[in-house]
Amino acid sequence: MALHFELVTPAKLVRSEDVHMVVVPGAEGEFGVLEGHAPFMSTIRDGKVQVYKTEGAAPEEIEVRGGFAEVGDKGLTVLAEHVEG
Amino acid sequence: MASLKELKGRINSVKSTQKITKAKQMVAAAKLRRAQERAEAARPYAQRLSGVMASLASKVSGDGAPKLLAGSGSNQRHLLVVVNTDKGLCGGLNANIVKAAKVKARALLAEGKDVQFYLVGKKGRAPIKRDYADRIEKHFDTADVKTPGFDEAEAIADDLLERFENGEFDVAHLVYPIFQSALTQDPTVDQLIPVPAPEVDADPKDVASTGEAIVEYEPDEEAILEELLPRYIKTQLFGSLLEREASEQGASMTAMDNATRNAGELIDKLTIQYNRSRQAAITTELIEIIAGAEAL
Repeated sequence: MALHFELVTPAKLVRSEDVHMVVVPGAEGEFGVLEGHAPFMSTIRDGKVQVYKTEGAAPEEIEVRGGFAEVGDKGLTVLAEHVEG
Repeated sequence: MASLKELKGRINSVKSTQKITKAKQMVAAAKLRRAQERAEAARPYAQRLSGVMASLASKVSGDGAPKLLAGSGSNQRHLLVVVNTDKGLCGGLNANIVKAAKVKARALLAEGKDVQFYLVGKKGRAPIKRDYADRIEKHFDTADVKTPGFDEAEAIADDLLERFENGEFDVAHLVYPIFQSALTQDPTVDQLIPVPAPEVDADPKDVASTGEAIVEYEPDEEAILEELLPRYIKTQLFGSLLEREASEQGASMTAMDNATRNAGELIDKLTIQYNRSRQAAITTELIEIIAGAEAL
């Protein structure tokens, strides 16, 4: 019961881990991704990606700029040009 | 024959040259490892992006396709983006890149197309200027940063995209070296704009995740693709910069290894010559002494 989350920048693979939920600042509004999310693709506006390691835990925030999110069978992949934090 | 002092001087000067080439070789070897790691680290992003691009590009085709994918409708003005290194001492690498670019330029000119050059890196300027001085559009300098990163790629891509938007060219080609090993770096010519439809990734897992499932898009396919294409071009340029970096260090390592070995051979040869002359001088001196003693 975990979502596989990957955060990739051109320079390196920043994160590759199993988490509970990720909230992504999509171009048309924030969306949360849990395990078993339907295949989905969206552009991201500049903002914070919130990573919930476990249910109810305080989210870890990662600032991303110029990004793109893809949800597939393998989990959530966020491609971002710049990552801070 | 050269005097003993002259020989000594030459041996010393070759020795100091050898020291320099040796140091440069070791520096290049260390930098090569780092450059390879960087190229390796950049691969996941490029792979995922081209996977997504492939699945999107196959869905969005025909009239709705963005200009960057479909082209500007004409095929007359070509821009060659040539990626050279900033520093020398790397053997024939830059000569090979320039040669590949010139071959491409000649082929395009023979077809009656217009060709312009967009030069990245210092070392391509002089040789291309010699043949096509009036066709050089711009020099992009990467010499002032230690290791060119994504920011440089972004700057180049933004500049190129702006020129494309203004209709300054129809097709852009990217000429850059692909790093195979320290011994071989292949100059490659790839089409950059309009973006050629990427081949569907060979990794079956990637295809399954993006290709077969019914994917929801937000906003819609066209909008995503429109945003993705410039990013794809940036990634391509970034990749070429990384390849250039690795190629430069690899070529430099090989060239300096050869130079060091040549210097060693030259030192050996000069040393033998030096010893021979010294021996000859001693023998002459002895003969003179003996002849002098006998005369008494």
